[in-house]
Amino acid sequence: MSPVVLNTIEVILNGLMTGVMYSLVALGFVLIFKASGIFNYAQGVLALFAALTLVGFQTGQVPFAHVINATFGTDYHHWGEGMNTVLAILLTMAVMVLLAWLVERLVLRHLVNQEPIILFMATIGLAFFLEGLGDLMWGANIKVLDVGLPSGGSFWWEDVTRTWAAEGTEYWGMYIDVLDVWAAGIAVVLVVVLTLFSQYTETGRALRAVADDHQAALTVGISLRTIWVVVWSIAGFVALVAGIMWGAKSGVQFSLSLIALKALPVLILGGFTSIPGAIVGGLIIGVGEKLFEFAIGPMIGGATENWFAYVLALFFLMFRPQGLFGERIIERV
Amino acid sequence: MNLKTLTTATVAASMALGAGIASADLTFPSLSYRTGPYAPNGIPFADGYADYFTLINERDGGIGGEMINLVECETGYNTEKGVECYESTKGQGSLVYQPLSTGITYQLIPKATADGIPVHSMGYGRTSAANGKVFSNIFNYPGNYWDAASIIVKHILDQEGGDLSGKSLALVYHNSAYGKEPIRTLEELAKKHGYSLTLLAVDHPGQEQKSQWLQIRRERPDYVMMWGWGVMNQVAIQEAVNIRYPMDHFIGVWWSASENDVIPAGEGANGYKAINFHGVGDGFPIYDDIRKYVVDAGKAAGDGSNLGTVLYNRGMYAAMLAVEAARTAQEIHGVSAINPAQMRDGMEALKIDQARMAELGLPDFGPDINVTCANHGGPGEGAIQQWDAASQSWSLITDFVGSDREVIDPLIAEDSAAFAAENNITPRDC
Repeated sequence: MSPVVLNTIEVILNGLMTGVMYSLVALGFVLIFKASGIFNYAQGVLALFAALTLVGFQTGQVPFAHVINATFGTDYHHWGEGMNTVLAILLTMAVMVLLAWLVERLVLRHLVNQEPIILFMATIGLAFFLEGLGDLMWGANIKVLDVGLPSGGSFWWEDVTRTWAAEGTEYWGMYIDVLDVWAAGIAVVLVVVLTLFSQYTETGRALRAVADDHQAALTVGISLRTIWVVVWSIAGFVALVAGIMWGAKSGVQFSLSLIALKALPVLILGGFTSIPGAIVGGLIIGVGEKLFEFAIGPMIGGATENWFAYVLALFFLMFRPQGLFGERIIERV
Repeated sequence: MNLKTLTTATVAASMALGAGIASADLTFPSLSYRTGPYAPNGIPFADGYADYFTLINERDGGIGGEMINLVECETGYNTEKGVECYESTKGQGSLVYQPLSTGITYQLIPKATADGIPVHSMGYGRTSAANGKVFSNIFNYPGNYWDAASIIVKHILDQEGGDLSGKSLALVYHNSAYGKEPIRTLEELAKKHGYSLTLLAVDHPGQEQKSQWLQIRRERPDYVMMWGWGVMNQVAIQEAVNIRYPMDHFIGVWWSASENDVIPAGEGANGYKAINFHGVGDGFPIYDDIRKYVVDAGKAAGDGSNLGTVLYNRGMYAAMLAVEAARTAQEIHGVSAINPAQMRDGMEALKIDQARMAELGLPDFGPDINVTCANHGGPGEGAIQQWDAASQSWSLITDFVGSDREVIDPLIAEDSAAFAAENNITPRDC
C-alpha cells in the first residue's frame, strides 16, 4: 500500500479512538437526560471532581488542607503514603454516590415538576459549586494520575504495519496510542455492563420505566427520587472513568471540565437519549474531524477540529433533528 | 444628630479619608488568576509577585519609606474580567498594571495610555510595544515573543553548526493572538537561514492534539517549537513523548516552560527545552530573606510550596522590576509618594546591572536591564533551560543571549508604525 493510503487508515483509526474518548463523556449526559430529562451541564465538572478525588485518595492528600491550615494554623497536607488504586477507585465511587444523594436531596427534590430550563440552570449552578468545592478540597495544582494503564505508541503495531508499505517507500509504521486502545476496551465493557444492568436488574428495569414515562413509572410504585440517585451515581461512575482516561493524558487539572465541550456535538449527532447513539456519534465525530483536519486542515490554516465537529453534527441534524438514535418527538395537537 | 452636625461629620470623615489616600501606600494591583483552568500557572506567579512586595514591606519598610499596598483582583484569565479589574482598581492610585494575559494587555493598551497609567506586559502582550516612541505607557522588558523566536532559532543554529539550510522546523501554537505572535518572525528567519517552517495550530484549550502530532510524526521535522499555555503544554509534551519525538529537539517559549508542563509526562519529558528570561530554582540569596521574612512569618501568599518554581520566580522578578522602577521614579522626582505618571518615568529610566542584581540577592538571575524612551523592550535576551526528569528540575544550559536585531527591529518598527497610523499617534521624538 502507498504511504498516503496507510496514513489515511492511521488517521481513521486514531479518529475512532478519539471518538471513544468523546463518547465516554457523552455517556454521562445521556444517562441523566434519558432518566430525568435534565441536560446536566455539570457532567464535565463531575469528571473533574471524580478525577481530583481519586488522585487525592491515591496520594493521601488531606481534603480541605488549605482551609484547615489557614483556619487553625496547622500544617497538614498528607495523611500518609496514600492508598492502592483499586481501593482509591472504590472510595471515589462512594464519594460520587454520596454526591448523587446530596444532589437529589438538596437540588433536584426541590425542583420536581419545574421546567427543563430551570433544571438546566440548576446544573449550571452545580457545575460552578463543584468546581469551587474541588478547588477547596484538593487544590488547583496539576496532579499526575497513574492508575497503571500503559500509554504511548504501540511498537508492535508500528512493526506490523511498517511491512504493509510498498517496498522502497519511506514509512514509519502506523501510530496508535495504547492508552486509547485501553479506553476503547473500557468503553465497550462499560456499554455492555450498562446494557446488562438496564435489561436484567430490577433497578435497571425501573430506570427504563422512568425513562419511558415518569407518570406511569410513579403509578406502579417506582420511586423517582431513588431512581434519580441511582442515575446520578451511574453518571458519576461514568464521569470517573472519563476523568481517569482524560486525566491520564494531560494530568488532572481544572481544564478537564472543558471536555464537556467535545461531548456536545456527539450528543447532537447521536441523540440525547441513546447509549449506542453516544458511542456511534462519538466515533463519527472522531473520524470526521480527524479526516477533515488531515485532508483539508492544512489548506485553511488548521485547527479545524473544534468547529468542524459542530458543523458535522449540524449537517446530520438537517436530516435527523432528533439525532441518529434519538427518539422522534411527536406532539399531537 | 441634626443635619448640620451630620454634614460636618461627613465632611470631616471625607477629609480624613482623603488625607489617608493622599498619604497612602504605593498601590500595586495584581491581576491574578487563582481559579479556573489556568490557575495552576496563575497561582505561582501571583504568589511570587505578592511575596516579593511583602518582603520589601517586612524587611525594608517599603520603598523609600512608603509601604506597599498590593491589591489583588481575580481575572480567571478572562479578558472581560481583566478589564473590569482594571476599571475597579485604577482609581486607587494603581502605579503599574501587570495584566498577565495577552488578551487583557491588548484591551488595556488604549485605556491605560489614556489614563496615564503604565502597563508592564513582561514577556507577553503586543510585541511592538517595545517601541517606546509609539507606546508611551506600555513596557514589555526584558524580552518579547519575537526575541524569544529569534533566540530559539539561534539555539537551533548552534545545535546544527550554524547552518539551517534544508532543515525543517515546526511551530505548534495556541490558535490565538498570543500563539500567532512568533509566526512573522519565524517566517522572516526562515528566509534568512533557509529552513522550512510548518505551522500547526491547536485550538483552545488544547486537550486534543492527535492530528497535529500525527502530522509531526509523518513529516518528522528536525525541531519542534511550541507557543502554548495551560493544558495545551502538558498535552503537547505528552503527545511528543508518545510518538517518541526527541525531547531535546522540542523547544517551548517561556510560557511553555514551567514544572507544571513537564511533570505530568513523567520520565518521558526528560530533555525538553524552553527559553526563559530569568534564572531557575531557589539557589539565590533572596530566598533566605523570603523564607525568613515572609514564609516563616506566616505572611506568604501561598503555602510556600511554589518557591523556586519557574512561574514563582517570574512573579518575583516582575515585582522586583516594579520596585526598582518605583525607586527610580522616587529618585527622579524627589518624592516618595509617587503617582502613576511618575512611575512611568521610573520605568522608562530603569537601569539594573549585575552589581545591583547581586545587591538584591539575585546574582546572575537575569540580563542587565536598560530601558529608554525609545526602547521599552529592554535587552531582549533569553537563555535556554532544560528539564531533568530525574531531579525534577530545570537548569540553564546557555548564557543569556540577544535576539537577531537585524530581523526583529524592522518588524517592530513596521508593526508599531501601523499601530500609530491606525490610532493617529504621533511618535515621540526620542
